[in-house]
Amino acid sequence: METIPHHHPTPAAPAQPAAPAGGTETATLNIEGMTCASCSNFVEKALSRTPGVQRATVNLASEKATIEYLPGQIDRAGLKAAVEQAGYGVHEPVAPASPNVLASDQELDQRKAEAYQKLKRRFQVAVGLAVVIMPLSMLMLWPRMMNLIPTPVLNYVLLALTLPVLLYSGREFYVSAWNGFRHRTASMDTLIAVGTGAAFLYSLAATVIPHWFMQRGIMPEVYYDTTATIIALILLGKVLESRAKSKTSAAIKALMGLQAKTARVVRGGQEVDVPIEQVVPGDEVVVRPGEKVATDGVLLSGHSAVDESMLTGESLPVEKKQGDNVFGATLNKTGSFRFRVSKVGAETMLAQIVKLVEEAQGSRAPIQQLADKVSAVFVPVVVMIAIVTFVLWFDFAPEATRLPLALVNFVAVLIIACPCALGLATPTAIMVGTGKGAEHGVLIRNAEALEKAEKVTTVLLDKTGTITRGEPSVTDFVPVTGEATDRLLPLLAAVERQSEHPLAEAVVRYADAQGAAALSATAFQAVEGRGASATVDGQAILLGNRRLLIEHQVPMTAAAEQAAAQLLDQAKTVLYAAMGGQVVALIGVADTVRDTSVAAIRHLQQKGIEVVMMTGDNPQTAAKVAEQVGIKRYFAEVLPADKAGKVKELQAEGRVVAMVGDGINDAPALAQADIGLAMGGGTDVAMEAAGITLMRSDLQGVVTAIDLSRQTMRTIKQNLFFAFIYNTLGIPIAAGLLFPLTGWLLSPMLAAGAMALSSVSVLTNSLRLRAYKRTA
Amino acid sequence: MDTTQLIVTLAGVGLLAFVGWFFFLAPHRVAAAVSSSAGIQQVDIMVKGGYSPDVIEVERGKPVQLNFYRDEENSCSEELLLPDFNIRRDLAPFKTTAIEFLPQQAGTFAFTCGMHMLRGSLVVK
Repeated sequence: METIPHHHPTPAAPAQPAAPAGGTETATLNIEGMTCASCSNFVEKALSRTPGVQRATVNLASEKATIEYLPGQIDRAGLKAAVEQAGYGVHEPVAPASPNVLASDQELDQRKAEAYQKLKRRFQVAVGLAVVIMPLSMLMLWPRMMNLIPTPVLNYVLLALTLPVLLYSGREFYVSAWNGFRHRTASMDTLIAVGTGAAFLYSLAATVIPHWFMQRGIMPEVYYDTTATIIALILLGKVLESRAKSKTSAAIKALMGLQAKTARVVRGGQEVDVPIEQVVPGDEVVVRPGEKVATDGVLLSGHSAVDESMLTGESLPVEKKQGDNVFGATLNKTGSFRFRVSKVGAETMLAQIVKLVEEAQGSRAPIQQLADKVSAVFVPVVVMIAIVTFVLWFDFAPEATRLPLALVNFVAVLIIACPCALGLATPTAIMVGTGKGAEHGVLIRNAEALEKAEKVTTVLLDKTGTITRGEPSVTDFVPVTGEATDRLLPLLAAVERQSEHPLAEAVVRYADAQGAAALSATAFQAVEGRGASATVDGQAILLGNRRLLIEHQVPMTAAAEQAAAQLLDQAKTVLYAAMGGQVVALIGVADTVRDTSVAAIRHLQQKGIEVVMMTGDNPQTAAKVAEQVGIKRYFAEVLPADKAGKVKELQAEGRVVAMVGDGINDAPALAQADIGLAMGGGTDVAMEAAGITLMRSDLQGVVTAIDLSRQTMRTIKQNLFFAFIYNTLGIPIAAGLLFPLTGWLLSPMLAAGAMALSSVSVLTNSLRLRAYKRTA
Repeated sequence: MDTTQLIVTLAGVGLLAFVGWFFFLAPHRVAAAVSSSAGIQQVDIMVKGGYSPDVIEVERGKPVQLNFYRDEENSCSEELLLPDFNIRRDLAPFKTTAIEFLPQQAGTFAFTCGMHMLRGSLVVK
């Protein structure tokens, strides 16, 4: 230890008259470098002598100084200086404005690992000794052996073997029970400590003063084997529990681990690898094939396919081109590209997902209410039942055996009771369930949302953007003059490439998908509300609505009229193309149904859920789409403002309604529904309004969400049922309730085994959810 | 019923009453939050077989930082739940874990250990 200066200069704070009492403020400083009680005394004195300080107390254990001071005379910096001048440091906690949820607490993990190792060692010692104590205790079953070793000697040997189990392996139970006792709280450790403590103390008395027992006609039996075995079994339960528990948060750990460690940033024209923490918004980052995208941003140049499955659960890579958003932790597949960083750290999509899952795991599940109430009084009540058990056995058992019987049943009651199973039943299932959801791109906001989703009887779908893609695409290309599509399409696409209209984009996408050659257009002219004209390959081309052609005096042919009528009948938008003053082709454009919609809707219906569609379209279009995807009931011509009303209408029919929408203009409907599912992922508005956010832009996510919620809730119910039944049956049996009828008594060792297995069973049941696979 | 049985029975009844009184009628240790210079309401809470203080008073609308110092290794207290604020946090043994949140509404909110046996309450005024 460093030498302590005996005369330390006080900080140069001018002496001022004392401020009126009551004007003090309190500061807490984290002191570093204190190794013993004299250090803390020294710091305390140094602070107390500092002008302006009214009172200072330093806690060695928490390494904290609590200082009352007069703000007029000294401030926090002055206090810090006083500590530093005394030879110690002050650790200023950096106030994290937005704590980065992705920075997993390595120290915490390390401590947990250490605690687990320690627990395992304690268990091993307990088992090692218990396997010696058990057969030794049974020696009395062989009278010949008993003649060789006198009972008192054997008892002392057993005592010597049991002491380490108690003092090393079981120490924590007693320490914890004592700590709780001082706070007038009781936990599971209280039960174990009282149970094993009673068995041990009785045995100790029987070993040291056997005559006292014999004078009263009681055999001085010892229960060292019971004591050691209970501790070994409960530690076994704890080891298994600790192992299983760490798995419940595996999904969120995996999410956190996805974050890239470095990014290749362009700085001063050079590509340099920098740690992710140093990347700031506005940086330009280079991503090569096979690399992880470092953080969120907007693609500047290059194009590629990016695997976003880790965020959205969508297994197919997503095409990315200039202007598209890219997200941190996703995997670049084919091409290389550069992007401009838009978000870092806690702002990124990955961090938002982690935060949402963490919050869901910390939320309260209404189903757990009863278990919580029981837990709160559980231990004291069990202690009371054990006392009653003892008294009843003592009063009613034959005189020679009443004390050992009362004791054994008292211990059995304390040991079999397992409040842990109750406490673990709900949260472990919710942790696994929400983690599993995130893996599939289903973000569950809280436990209540999970409970609601389970009860859903009706799913209301907003057509546009959910069942359909929400953007127009070309469905029909009809040449009407015999001119080949191969020749026409490149010409028309060349015109549309110049346009920014959504319909034009649809034509370009279609042409690209068909592999049409890219030609260039000249003399491009957009005609507001009509379409566009341009010259391609020497041909004057018109492309737009019917009005455009009429205004350019292009006559309609019979073939064109017929094709147009057919397309309009299918509720499609028709684009007319003319070349050299003649109609050459018609293009049918419509919002198309997603490939996955039909299957997803069928899955929902198979689960007994009615699927209802809602759309702003006219009844004909609505009927077409509904028929196409197998929906029987739909609402057409619903104004955006009436969407919430439709939800209410369904609710009035006694249905539990899940509303699926894109989250932006559906917010009131999402909020009105029993459970709102926002699709299309990630926008803050959607996440706010919805109980469940679907990262994938298709209806399969709805199936996954409802499926997963049903399975999770089933698991929770199984767990709670088991935990309640276990305790309500186990405690009376341990108390010997069956003895008058069947002669059954439960050995405390069996009770310990049952208790260790009960909490592990609940955990294992929750972990079964990890095997959840989404349908299709 | 012999004398010993009478004594055991009376002692048992006495013990029952004691257990009930001791655990169910335990007094609360109340502490009001202290505002730091940055306007954050801070309270230091010792976690050792329970929470002390176990009733925390804070004002609404101001950020709160609860500093939980876990002075034990026993697994009962390893998790801290504040479900009304969607918080579930691991407390490292012999370390201070700061939990920050913003209480918007007045009311009494429970905080408990992972098994709901150790409990305290947050009173937002």
